[in-house]
Amino acid sequence: MLEIQNLSVEVGGKRILNDLNLHIGEGEVHVLFGANGSGKTTLFLTILGFPGYNVVEGKIDFKGVDITEFNITDRVKLGMGVSFQHPPEIRGVKLGDVVEQLLERRGGGDAKALARKLNLSEEFLSRDLNLGFSGGEVKRSEILQLLAQNPDFFMFDEPDSGVDVENVELLGGITNEMLERDRRPSKRQKSALIISHIGYILNYIKADRAHVLLDGRIACSGMTEEIYNHILNEGFEGCVAKCGKEGVRCEF
Amino acid sequence: MKGLKAVLQNAEKKVLGVSSEEVKIESYRLKGGEHDSISSLKELDEYEGELLAAGIDPEEKGRSGSFLQQDHSVVFAKSLIPGLEILSTEEAIKKHSWLDEYLWNIVPADKDIYTKEVAERPTQGYFLRAEKGTKITLPLQSCLFISKDRIRQNVHNIVIAEENSELNIITGCTVAHTVSEALHLGISEFYVKKNAKITFTMVHNWSGGVDVRPRSATLIEDNGVFISNYIFMTPVKSLQMYPTAICAGENSRASFQSIIYAHGNTNIDSGSRIVLQGKGSRGEIISRAIATDDARIIAKGDLVGEAENVRGHLECRGLMLSDSSMIESIPELKARRKNIDLSHEAAVGKIAEEEIRYLMARGFTEDEAVGMIIRGFLSIDIKGLPEGLARETKKMFDMTLEKVM
Ligand SMILES: Nc1ncnc2c1ncn2[C@@H]1O[C@H](COP(=O)(O)OP(=O)(O)OP(=O)(O)O)[C@@H](O)[C@H]1O
Ligand SMILES: [Mg+2]
Repeated sequence: MLEIQNLSVEVGGKRILNDLNLHIGEGEVHVLFGANGSGKTTLFLTILGFPGYNVVEGKIDFKGVDITEFNITDRVKLGMGVSFQHPPEIRGVKLGDVVEQLLERRGGGDAKALARKLNLSEEFLSRDLNLGFSGGEVKRSEILQLLAQNPDFFMFDEPDSGVDVENVELLGGITNEMLERDRRPSKRQKSALIISHIGYILNYIKADRAHVLLDGRIACSGMTEEIYNHILNEGFEGCVAKCGKEGVRCEF
Repeated sequence: MKGLKAVLQNAEKKVLGVSSEEVKIESYRLKGGEHDSISSLKELDEYEGELLAAGIDPEEKGRSGSFLQQDHSVVFAKSLIPGLEILSTEEAIKKHSWLDEYLWNIVPADKDIYTKEVAERPTQGYFLRAEKGTKITLPLQSCLFISKDRIRQNVHNIVIAEENSELNIITGCTVAHTVSEALHLGISEFYVKKNAKITFTMVHNWSGGVDVRPRSATLIEDNGVFISNYIFMTPVKSLQMYPTAICAGENSRASFQSIIYAHGNTNIDSGSRIVLQGKGSRGEIISRAIATDDARIIAKGDLVGEAENVRGHLECRGLMLSDSSMIESIPELKARRKNIDLSHEAAVGKIAEEEIRYLMARGFTEDEAVGMIIRGFLSIDIKGLPEGLARETKKMFDMTLEKVM
C-alpha cells in the first residue's frame, strides 16, 4: 500500500527526516511512536504532500504509484484519508456540509447517522469546522470525516491525545471497524498508520507493527506489544540503547 | 423628533470628512427617463435578468406587493394586502398631509451636495407603510431600476411601520446591462414605531459605470426592531453610504448585516452606525467584505452608546484575494454613559493556506477549497427574517455568488 524509500525531508531549510524507510502492506495497521519533536507530524504531512515539506531524497510509492510529486488532492483521490493533530478553524464552512459532500462522492449516505455513531448531535453538524470544538470533539469530527470518506489508507496523527477514556474507547471501536480489524487478516484491505506518543488507542486497536521515530529516522521496528512495553519500561531512548545510537534500523 | 437633527448632523459631519471624492452631479441627465405605467411586472421581460438579480420576482409569487421605478417614473405600485400602502412618494405626499413631518426629518436636506440635489430636484421614490397593528410577514418587493444611459436618479423613499405592525421588504437596485454610466442618489427615511418591526433586505446590482450615493436613516421607538441586510456583489464605479439607525425608544433594537464582494475597479466606502439613545436598547453591526482585482473597500462601523444599560456589538471581517486590492476596516465605539457595554471584533487578512490544505486533504481541489472558504466567509446567519424571506435571501445570495465566482 505505502512504500517509503530513503526519505529525507527538509522544512524551512532544516533537515527533519533522514533516510527514512517504511513499508505498510495491504490490510496492515502500523503504529509510529516517538517523542515530542521527533518528526512524526512531519512524516505525516510529507506523506500527505503538504507544500513546504521538501523531499530532498528518496521517494514515496502509494498503491504502486510514485506520488512524491503529487499534490494533496491527487494523493487523497488515490485513496488516502487523514485525521489531523491540530486542524484549523474554518469560519462559515459547516462540518455537516463537508460530510455531506464526502458522502456524495461515494454515492450518498446519511451524515446524521454517522454523527450519531460518534456521539455527535445534529446541532454539531451545523457548526463551523473546528470553531470552538473541544479537544475530544476535534478528534471525533476528524474521524467522522474519515468515516464519510472511507479511504483505503488511513493516517491518524495523535487521535488519542487530549481525549478522555470514554472517548478513546468510542474512537477505538469505530476505528477498528473502519479498518476492518474484525475480519480475518487475509480479508483485510484497509491499511493505516497511527501516530501516537502515548499509545492509549492501542488498548482498542491491535496494530500489526510498531516503529519508533528518533531524530528523524526509524530507530527500531517490531511487534507492537514488544515495542510498546519496551517504551513503557525504558522510554524512547531505551530502544536506542538497545539498537545502538548509530544503528541502522533495528528489529525487536 | 426635531431635536435629533443636531445630533445627526454632528455625527455626519465627521464622516463626510473622509468620504470619497464628489461626483459631478450635473453631468448626468434629469430628462429622458420617463416611462408609461405597466399593468404587470412581466411586461418588463426584456429586463428579466436585471430584475431577478435584484431579488424581484416578476410573477409577484409570495409577495405582499410590488413597487417598481424605472429611471424617473414609477411604472408599477401595487399592494396586495389590506393595511399595506405602496405608493410613489409624490402621490403619498398628495394623499397624506401629515407626511411633511417625515420628510427630511432624520436625513437632513442640507447634509451634503447629494441630499441637497434630491431635495431640490426629486425624481420620485417609494412610500411604504404598514398601518397600525398590521403584521405583514410576506415580503413586499421594491425596485429602483436604471435603464437609460447617463441619467441621474434622485429618489426619496419613506418607509413607515406604524405601532404594532410589521413590514418585510426586499429591495433591489439594479441597472440595465446597456447602461454605461449613471448616478443613483437615494434618500431613505425609515420609521419604526412602538412595538413595530421592519426587516429590510437590500441587494445592489450595479455595474462598473454607476456612481451611487444612498443616504438613509432609521428612527426606532420603544420596543421597535429594525433589521437591515445588505448584499453587494457586482461592480460599481463608486458607492458611498453610511446608513444610521437611531434606537430612540426604550428596548429598541437595530441590526445591520452586510455582505460585500468587490471586484474589478469597484470603489466602496460603506459603513453602518447605530446610536443607542433609548434605555436598554441594543445594536449589532456585522460586516463581511471581500476585495479582489483592484477593488477598494472602506468598511466602517460606529456604535454610539448614549443611554443606560445599552449594549452593542460590532464585527467587521475582511478577506483579501489580490495584492492590488485594499480593505480598510474602521470600527468605532463611543460611550457616553457609564452603564454601557460596547464591543468590537475586526480582522482583515488573506485566506489561510492551512485552511485550503485542510480541505484539500479531504479530496477537494484547491479551487473548490477556496470557493468553500469564500462562501463560508460570506455566509453570515441572517437572523430575524421570516422563514420564507430567509430562504429567498439565501437563494439571492447563492445566485449572485455563483455568478461572480
Ligand atoms: N516549519 C518548520 N520550520 C522549522 N522547524 C520545523 C518546522 N516544522 C516542524 N519543525 C521542527 O521539526 C521537528 C519535528 O516536528 P514534528 O511536528 O514533526 O514533531 P512531532 O513528532 O509530531 O511532535 P509532537 O509529538 O509534539 O506532535 C520539531 O523540532 C519542529 O520544531
Ligand atoms: Mg505531531
